[in-house]
Order: sequence, then structure tokens, then C-alpha cells
Amino acid sequence: MSILEVTNLEKSFGKTRVLKGVSFTLEAGEVLSVIGSSGSGKTTLLRCINALETADGGRITVDGSVIFDSERTQKFSKAEQRRNQRKVGLVFQQFNLFPQYNVLQNVTLPMLLQARSRRDDSGRRALTAQIEATARGYLERVNLSDKLESYPCELSGGQQQRVAIARALALEPKILFFDEPTSALDPELTVEVLKVIRGLKNAGRTMVVVTHEMEFARNVSDKVIFMADGVIEEEGTPEQLFGAPKSEKTAAFLTRSYD
Amino acid sequence: MFWSVTQSLLEGFGKTAELFALTLLFAIPLGLVVSFGSMSRFGPLKWLVRSFVWVIRGTPLMLQLIIVFYGPGLLGTGAQNLLSGGYDGRFLQLVEWVASWTVHSRMVAALVAFVINYACYFSEIYRGGIESIPVGQYEACQVLGMTKTQAFFRVVLLQVVKRIVPPMGNEIITLVKDTSLARTIAVYEILWNAQKFTKTNGLLWPLLYSGLFYLVFTGVLTVLLRRIEKRMDYFKSV
Repeated sequence: MSILEVTNLEKSFGKTRVLKGVSFTLEAGEVLSVIGSSGSGKTTLLRCINALETADGGRITVDGSVIFDSERTQKFSKAEQRRNQRKVGLVFQQFNLFPQYNVLQNVTLPMLLQARSRRDDSGRRALTAQIEATARGYLERVNLSDKLESYPCELSGGQQQRVAIARALALEPKILFFDEPTSALDPELTVEVLKVIRGLKNAGRTMVVVTHEMEFARNVSDKVIFMADGVIEEEGTPEQLFGAPKSEKTAAFLTRSYD
Repeated sequence: MFWSVTQSLLEGFGKTAELFALTLLFAIPLGLVVSFGSMSRFGPLKWLVRSFVWVIRGTPLMLQLIIVFYGPGLLGTGAQNLLSGGYDGRFLQLVEWVASWTVHSRMVAALVAFVINYACYFSEIYRGGIESIPVGQYEACQVLGMTKTQAFFRVVLLQVVKRIVPPMGNEIITLVKDTSLARTIAVYEILWNAQKFTKTNGLLWPLLYSGLFYLVFTGVLTVLLRRIEKRMDYFKSV
């Protein structure tokens, strides 16, 4: 069974059909890159899976449980929606760190709020200490152990994005999604973020990365999807898709991207 | 003379400060409720609240003071007259009953008018602050599994506070001076007391002296407000 199954996903904004029936699957431990020009629907696809947009049609299954189904007559309750949300994590292009909290607090805040809503009454202080330790662990993985007390405004874009990655990871989603994680960064800062993502792949994380970094998509992913005009134009292994694209659109896009 | 003027002005200043503090105490939270109303996704509520804010901001505070003070009593008397004139009706009884409950204290009337007026001004400042927070902050909260309430109180609110301190400071300083309007319904605040000496003793300096009270008060507030701003300097809004 695939860890992610997207079936016939459709989404329109007004009269514009942004997703025209998108289907794909992803196996646990795999890294999927989604490439395509602006307006092809990549970001909308990610936003639909992460419930930031409500798709008009289709079905999404994560780890065997349905998190979205347009055929479902009964709506998910708010608590169910949050439970579904926990299965996936999203890293934004603009990081969206919380400016008034320091690095460590940015990671612990969502963890603390979730722990409380689950009513783990194993002593609040012990719980907080445990959560802090976990958060420190994740921040160490993204090489930010020396910035725990810094505030987002004191960090570079690359460092902020790494905090955002640690913050998403700390909630232990089944699949971590990245929405153009390096697009807002200066070129010299993209390397450190891509290195972190590569490290996560080696640790066996399942990830979906919407990206414009062709080299990265080629070297890191197990699978690549090329989107154009709201449909998956082509999908395959990086070797297939970059080496011998079957579709003319894919070939043209790749030529343009390498210019 | 100087001492008797000082004593009288201090007494008046007590009223001024009381009106000022109580207005803030009630108007600051009430403004938040009003701002939620004006941002409501339920159309009728939104337009009702926005029209109310329009009326309150669009008419003089002095007029509102007079209406709050005299209005209930006049309505009550009117209702009473109609009732004793043989008219009957639940509605008239209700009006009379409500009017009989309104406190006939000038101070309370002034406070009610000030709180309503300032809550409306505050609500617009809050609304501006809340709407200026980038949508990405809410989206991050959502994907991190927070409820809307958690997102507002744990993430958004402090950023809003940081943004609204300067415009709120403006309003708060204006409020210090607006309290003098309460004299319209004979609340004996500082300016009333100062003018008393001008009228009876033909003295100008008590008026200037009262101005000094205002200056010191607003000076202290300016320092306080700057401190609050400083305390939030450690982070930059996104």
C-alpha cells in the first residue's frame, strides 16, 4: 500500500481550472519532486493535500486513511481535520516562522499545544522538558544548536528555513511537503537548505518537494512529476524524465530551465 | 489662593483620571469585540456593527454624552406619561422599566458614552492591525495543527499589539484631553474646576495651571507608551 494516494484531484478558482484531475502515488521513504512552470498547479496541489485549499473533487489517502474525499457525504469535524493535518507537514516558501518566539520556542509551541489538546497528564513540567529535548534534537539535525535563543529576525533566510523544517519535522508527519523551499533564498543560502533535505532523505523520510532546482530534483528524488496546465504531463524516475523525456512539453520545459 | 486652587484642581484631576482609566479599562476589551463584529463573516452582523461604528465616529462625542445622559430619562418620562394617559402596552412598560434602571449618575453616563465612543475607535485600529498580519502566519498555524483560537492568542495577538501601540498611543493621549468634554453634563473634572476660578475670581492662571496637569499626564503616558514599544523591539513583524 502506498503511503500517499492522490486520485483525480480537481480544483478551480472561479472559472480557472487549476487542477484538472491529478493522480499519483508515493511509497514510504521515497522523495518526490514536482516540477513545472509557474501556474501549472504545483503549489495548488500541495495546498490541497495540506488542506490550505479545499479541492473540488477527488480523493487523498495518507498511510491508509482518507484525509479528503469529495464523495464523502459527512464532513470531517474540526478535530478530525486537525488529526488528518497531523499526518502531513508543510514547509513554506516564505518560512512563516513566528517572529515573537525564539528558535526553540518556534519548534516547541506547536508541540506543546498538541500535547495539551491530547491531555497527556504525565505532569506538565516533565512533558515540557521532554518536548524541549525533542525540539533540541530536531534543531541539531538542521545544524542550528547554536541559535536556539535567537529570534527569526536575527537569522538568515537559510537559517529561518531550517528552523521551519525542524518545526515541521518535530510534529512527526508521515509525509513532509516543501513548497519551493529555496525560492525565497539567495543562491548561496539554498545549498544549506538542500543539504538538510538531502540528509532527511538519507534518514528515510517520505517527502514531496515542489521545486525549481532541477539539479536537486535530479539528484535527490526517487520520482519526478512534471506538471503542465493542471495535469501531470509526465512522471518517472529522474533518469527517465531528465535523461529521456517522452513528452515534448517536458523536453521544452527542461531545455528552458537549463538555459 | 494658590493652595485652594491646587486643591480644587487636584480634586478635578481625580475625576479626570478616573474617567480616563475606567474608559480604557472597558473600551480596550470592548473594542476587540466590536472589531470581531466588523470582521464577521456573517454579513448582517458585519454591516450592523460597521454602521454603528460609522454613527459613533461620525457624530460628536459631546452629542453622544448629552444623549446618553438625558436620553433614558426622557424616554422613561415619555413612556410614563403615555401609560398614565391610558395607553397600554408591553413595549411602553418595557421602556419605562429599562429607564427606571438606568443610573442617573453623571459620572456613569459620561463613562458609558466614552467607553462606547472609544471602543469604536479602538476597534478600527484593532481591525487594521489584525488584517495586516500576513495570511502565512495563519496558514503556518493551521498546518501545525493549531486551532483558530490558539492561532489568534498564541501567535497573532502579540504581533497585532506591536503594530497597534503607536496608533493606540495617539487615541489614548486624545482621550486624556477628551475627558474635559464630560463637563457638558456637569461632571466636575479639572477644567470645570479651573474655569470656576476664572468666572468667580477673574483669574486666568488657574486655566494655565490646569493645562500643566494635562501636560504632565500626557508626558507620563508618552514615556510609558515608548517603554511598551521598546519591550517589543526584540522581534520584527513579518
